[in-house]
Amino acid sequence: MVQVRIGGPLASMAGGLTRFELEASNIREILTGLGEACPRLKPVLEQGVTVAIDGELYRNAWFQPVKPDSEIYILPRMAGG
Amino acid sequence: MPLDAADRPKTSFKQVGTRPLRPDGIDKVTGRARFGADANAPGMLIGKILRSPHAHARIRKIDASKALALPGVKAVVTKDDFAPRDDDLADVLVNVMARDKALYHGHAVAAVAATSVQVARKALALIAVDYEVLPHVTDVDEAMKPNAPVIRDGLITKGVDPALTKASNVAERYEFGHGDVKAGFAQAEVVVEREFKTEATHQGYIEPHACLANVGSDGTGELWVCTQGHYMVRDNCARLLGMDLSKLRVTASEIGGGFGGKTTVFIEPVALALSRKAGRPVKLVMTRDEVFLATGPTSSTSMMVKIGAKKDGTIAAAEALFKYQGGAFPGSPAQFGAMTAFACYDLKNVKVIAYDVLCNRPKQAAYRAPGAPMAAFAVESVMAELGAKLGLDPIDFRRRNAAKQGTKAVYGPTFGPIGFVETLDAVKNHPNYKKPLSKNQGRGIASGFWFNFGGQTCVSLNIGTDGTVNLALGTPDIGGSRASMAMMAAEELGIPYDQVRAVVTDTSSLGYNDVTDGSRVTFAAGAATIHAARDAVRKLCARAARTWGIPEDAVVWENGHAKPAGANAGNHKPLSLKEISGSAGSTGGPIAGHHEFNAENAGPSFATHVVDVEVDPETGRTTVLRYLIAQDAGKAVHPSYVEGQFQGGAAQGVGWALNEEYVYGKDGRLQNAGFLDYRIPVASDMPMIDTIILEVPNPGHPYGVRGVGETSIVPPLAAVANAVSDAVGVRLSSVPYSPPKVLKALNGRMKAAAE
Repeated sequence: MVQVRIGGPLASMAGGLTRFELEASNIREILTGLGEACPRLKPVLEQGVTVAIDGELYRNAWFQPVKPDSEIYILPRMAGG
Repeated sequence: MPLDAADRPKTSFKQVGTRPLRPDGIDKVTGRARFGADANAPGMLIGKILRSPHAHARIRKIDASKALALPGVKAVVTKDDFAPRDDDLADVLVNVMARDKALYHGHAVAAVAATSVQVARKALALIAVDYEVLPHVTDVDEAMKPNAPVIRDGLITKGVDPALTKASNVAERYEFGHGDVKAGFAQAEVVVEREFKTEATHQGYIEPHACLANVGSDGTGELWVCTQGHYMVRDNCARLLGMDLSKLRVTASEIGGGFGGKTTVFIEPVALALSRKAGRPVKLVMTRDEVFLATGPTSSTSMMVKIGAKKDGTIAAAEALFKYQGGAFPGSPAQFGAMTAFACYDLKNVKVIAYDVLCNRPKQAAYRAPGAPMAAFAVESVMAELGAKLGLDPIDFRRRNAAKQGTKAVYGPTFGPIGFVETLDAVKNHPNYKKPLSKNQGRGIASGFWFNFGGQTCVSLNIGTDGTVNLALGTPDIGGSRASMAMMAAEELGIPYDQVRAVVTDTSSLGYNDVTDGSRVTFAAGAATIHAARDAVRKLCARAARTWGIPEDAVVWENGHAKPAGANAGNHKPLSLKEISGSAGSTGGPIAGHHEFNAENAGPSFATHVVDVEVDPETGRTTVLRYLIAQDAGKAVHPSYVEGQFQGGAAQGVGWALNEEYVYGKDGRLQNAGFLDYRIPVASDMPMIDTIILEVPNPGHPYGVRGVGETSIVPPLAAVANAVSDAVGVRLSSVPYSPPKVLKALNGRMKAAAE
């Protein structure tokens, strides 16, 4: 199991929930689990989000592994200039 | 995953860290370089776009019959030439060509292709557009009021729970933070709360948008274009025009500046639609006023920042409210303002709320660290005032509260290795920080943060039979990346830099590459280049092994040569890259390396700027006397380019701080769409900008590279504002600190003192 926290405006779409415990070993499984746990989040997750794992930002890395003690944040999608 | 999970970043280099001449320099100074407007084609037509004179108007009817009847006019396109969309490109399409409403002054409503510029201009004048002028709003605070004209029908604010039901101009609400802000402020002994505004500024790239489109009767197309991302252009244009991606080949021209502003499409789908309709090539080049009117400036903002500290300088709580307008479309970088605002500091209690707001202005586009400079202006201005009230040295105050490895960022995650403290120490120990100041002179300090990004990247490396190397890249070179890539390839291959030629190829030659943005290319394409070179080295070693008749794992690559690995591999004379590639035709064919991946772990970057200014009390003019930047680059591949990025960001930030602003009239029309009335800094405005490159390696890159292109524009607004305040004792609530505004503040202070 991993602890997943939702940051920023995504929390409002999760009915105010900010923490989830999911069975997941990589980012894709996290996103799938979150979408099932909170269907309102699913369209946003499918459009793309940023996942922070232990302080590192991942924008498109489905298969990035996570560990049970990883710090995991789901953030809005990010891009630069 | 980390690029080299098993490896620490390399620390010993032969090529990386040197300063070879840039490969594009001669072409650029002699005029040989081909920019967007430099391409021509047989039978080419000239495209021109008709733009709305109104800030907000319903388009009742467009009658192009007179224009089409004009001799020399070969095609007219309007919204009807693009199928409506409800997907992620819907707003892109509406911005490219207005549909039911013109949403800002300058919004494209129709376009013509004609045999000459003169005919095209005449044709535009013959297109009759029946407008119903609507109420408009261009100020972010006004746009949020309940009685403001709603720009986009049915826009419901996202990020609010429970969901709202009434349409407004607020596209989204963001909230970040942690701890208990109320309790934190209760512990604070000194609190400063201020409100600020910033005006929209343009990236100010010298090269206007330009392209040459050529769609054949078989439905295939070619596009030559100045852009930061030709794959993005291909994908967006093909989708908007209903083409297969493979049937549109896009070539990126040399680019005369982008800074984020060329990360979307404006004229390109129009040129392709005109070409398809006319059956002829169409060249479309924006005029300067079109660039100001109809491309993407930054957001303008309205902000509140409140910071409370204990007397020892420890920040007890921080709070901010940011309102960013991003033009007539959702997508302003309010979120980034909220996320970056306090990122430099280790705060136990912090809360930031931000709103993405629509106004009747052009759709904002990215501009170096989008959203961050404005937020930093507000936060670092308050930090300066708070530090002064506490009687603390500005560097010491920031250092006491500085984010470090293990700090929980305002946006949630915990920072890994970062180099913010190093930037503070570096500027404090620099001679500039100790230089005495005279009357009317002042010193300003400010810090800044940017995330940096990676992204999809694909690189090929082809070794010629003479041992020289072509490096094929898919990321337009907007800041010297061809030199940096060539250096990294040379480093891996063990050959001189001048034997690697890096080229940005067209979209048919490599797999997809993300746009050159987010300070990503030296990091992401650099890592792909390193891995492509390592792929080639494996193949070179394999050829040597076959030549020697020994196992492949018995060969190592050192200093540009394949060598037997140890005594058991046999006694063979090392083979150079040139020798192996020279016999490639007989040992298995051409030798190439390739790598495609999705780069992550870009590693954030911090900077601290120190600026000295002198303010003329008679005119209000601010002169920058000296400027110092310390920034973490992870590893500077080509230090001159890194310094150039630092200096360029600072120069643009100084312009934003002192002069640049979009000025709108009461009629909602832009008043200063040209460089005569929109003043960017010129060489004579700027002193030599001193730089300190710090190298705290990014563990996510084989050489430790972090992006450097954006962070440098984050601190200057506040640094300059703080310096002016230090010089003459006035602090404005808005940028730019233009001479009239500074003079007015000075006169107001004198008047108040006299009374």
